[in-house]
Amino acid sequence: MTLRLQKVTKKFGSFTAVDQLSLEIPEKQIFGFLGANGAGKTTTFRMVLGLLDQTEGDISWNNGEIGYGESHLIGYLPEERGLYPKLKVQDQLIYLAKLRGMNKSEAIKEIDIWLERFKVPEYKQKKVEELSKGNQQKIQFISAVLHKPKLLILDEPFSGLDPVNVEMLKAAVIDLKEAGTSIVFSSHRMEHVEELCESLCILHHGTPVVHGKLKEIKKTFGRKNIRIHADFDTEFLKNSRGVIKYKALSEGCELQIESEDIAQDIFGELHGKGFVRTFDLEEPTLNDIFIEKVGASYE
Amino acid sequence: MNKFFIMMGHTYKNRVKSKSFLITTIITVAIIFALSNFQTILEAFSDADEEKKVAIITENEGWYQSIEQSLSTNENLSLHPYDGTLDDAKAEVEEGEYQSVVQIEQNAEELPEATYYANQIANTGNSEPVRQAVQQLKVQQVTERANVDPVIIEQISAPVSFDLVALEESAKSAEELNQTRGLVYVMLFFMYFSVIMYGQMISTEVATEKSSRVMEILISSVSPVSQMFAKILGIALLGLTQFSIFIGVGYLGIQQSQATSDGSLLEMFGLTDVEPATVVYAVVFFLLGYLLYATLAATLGSLVSRLEDAQQLLTPMILLIVAAFLIAMFGLGAPEATFITVSSYFPFFTPLIMFLRVGMLDIPVWEVILSLSILIGCIALLGWIGARVYRGGVLMYGKSSSLKDFKTALQLSKKEK
Repeated sequence: MTLRLQKVTKKFGSFTAVDQLSLEIPEKQIFGFLGANGAGKTTTFRMVLGLLDQTEGDISWNNGEIGYGESHLIGYLPEERGLYPKLKVQDQLIYLAKLRGMNKSEAIKEIDIWLERFKVPEYKQKKVEELSKGNQQKIQFISAVLHKPKLLILDEPFSGLDPVNVEMLKAAVIDLKEAGTSIVFSSHRMEHVEELCESLCILHHGTPVVHGKLKEIKKTFGRKNIRIHADFDTEFLKNSRGVIKYKALSEGCELQIESEDIAQDIFGELHGKGFVRTFDLEEPTLNDIFIEKVGASYE
Repeated sequence: MNKFFIMMGHTYKNRVKSKSFLITTIITVAIIFALSNFQTILEAFSDADEEKKVAIITENEGWYQSIEQSLSTNENLSLHPYDGTLDDAKAEVEEGEYQSVVQIEQNAEELPEATYYANQIANTGNSEPVRQAVQQLKVQQVTERANVDPVIIEQISAPVSFDLVALEESAKSAEELNQTRGLVYVMLFFMYFSVIMYGQMISTEVATEKSSRVMEILISSVSPVSQMFAKILGIALLGLTQFSIFIGVGYLGIQQSQATSDGSLLEMFGLTDVEPATVVYAVVFFLLGYLLYATLAATLGSLVSRLEDAQQLLTPMILLIVAAFLIAMFGLGAPEATFITVSSYFPFFTPLIMFLRVGMLDIPVWEVILSLSILIGCIALLGWIGARVYRGGVLMYGKSSSLKDFKTALQLSKKEK
């Protein structure tokens, strides 16, 4: 059940939203789909769901096209809240589940399980508009997963949630993956992506600028970070060879260096200057990679 | 197909349970009930039972008797000769002793001449019988003077018999015409009512789903075409429910009022016995008309992203039905006008105006079939365009209230391959 995009292009008039995008999203995995605002993520999702037709290229899932016949296998959580404000939570979820091919009694059972899991069983008979934004998001999440989809598209699932609830939903996402769901996950919170996704793709102006397994992406990025806490001023490191970025911290600094070897030189330069509390060589964060790849064009 | 019914049921159930539906139904039922018992209510409020005393001042005893005789059949008025002066009589009218005072004098030609005094002269129902009686008296005086035989007088005043007979065998008889006129009235009302009310409901429904963005989820599980028609039929079911309630209540009310009084509302509209064919036409034209306008409403509704904009886009549609309404009103008096014939082929007018022609004129079947085909073709075309616009329109957000968006929506849904 692999989702495959081959040289997919979408043009709106003269504007190219997605350009020659080729992706392969293996099953039973969480795939991170990143990109700046307006990079073409939602357009891609809409094409995968068949809401929009691609201008060029092929989208296939399980070696077939995705049409309305497969809609019961697909779950979608749009970026914006999409619920009936005036309907009660239960009625709403039953209706949406029925449209995804579930029968009523089964839906009721599942709704109870999910509401219980998200610790909001008391909202069952409440209208959606009476709930807080975060709780609406939980209902939205339930509506996307209730029918046990095989392919789940989550567009910013954790927005508007407090840390406790983020953990709760994260655990649910991981459970779904273990149960065999392929998940496409889009977020602006890099730490969430780093935590959940094995593979990812960063989209920039409709073209993927980074694509692959998270570990390999980090390895090929090459750059490392050094965090230094020292009792003396470390600003002289700014102009050392191999230092790309210098960021002062309250008790030291953070450096981005070209490669691991540079760390030795930096360590040498610190020698004899004073007391060094911390010298930490770190892997680059996804955040760094994102800013480097996407932010570059803004500079 | 299954999802289609789920959606239709959802639309229907949601609306039936809504407060606005309950309120409009109850209010309309109350109005229908009031209308069907119109006469009973009128009688209850009118002071018909109360006898009105009219004082007559005249010096001519014979005239008084003659007037009393002509008014003897009128149970509402009782005449009293008054001997005092006019001012006294007026005072008594003001006090409420008499309802009115009538002074009958002789003019220069020795003919009667009357003046009617009452506190209020707005109600001609009170003065008119008296005026007629005086008129009769005058005619009587003049003819007596000319020595005309009273039998001749009677013959002069008797109404002439004037029958309308259509020579074409299939042309409508006068009663049939009346019946159709009644049906056309009813149909006009229903059509107008449904287009405005249900059309608005459909576009609101679509616009609500769009503004709450639930559309994105819906459209990923059900195709836009079945979504659109599920809505249209769901609301149609709602309309049928509402109309059945109305017709049921109306029927009961009429039955009841028929039991108490004989002049019923049905007779007023000439609906006592209607040709079955006309009823079939009425139903067919009504359903097709609804479908046409509902498709248009759904298409328009899918173009807006906020509820407030929906009203604005619906205006052209409402103008269309108003135009159809006015043309049909004109057509009731002149069904044969070229203007009516031409407009009966315009699909947005067909449901009302072709029905009017079918009911009131004897038109060849091919004309009916032609107009029906145009109508059905137009529905199919609108459905096709609507589905495309719907698909693109529902994904289109932002300030949108112009028909320019039509093009954008079509482009969005266009298969570019």
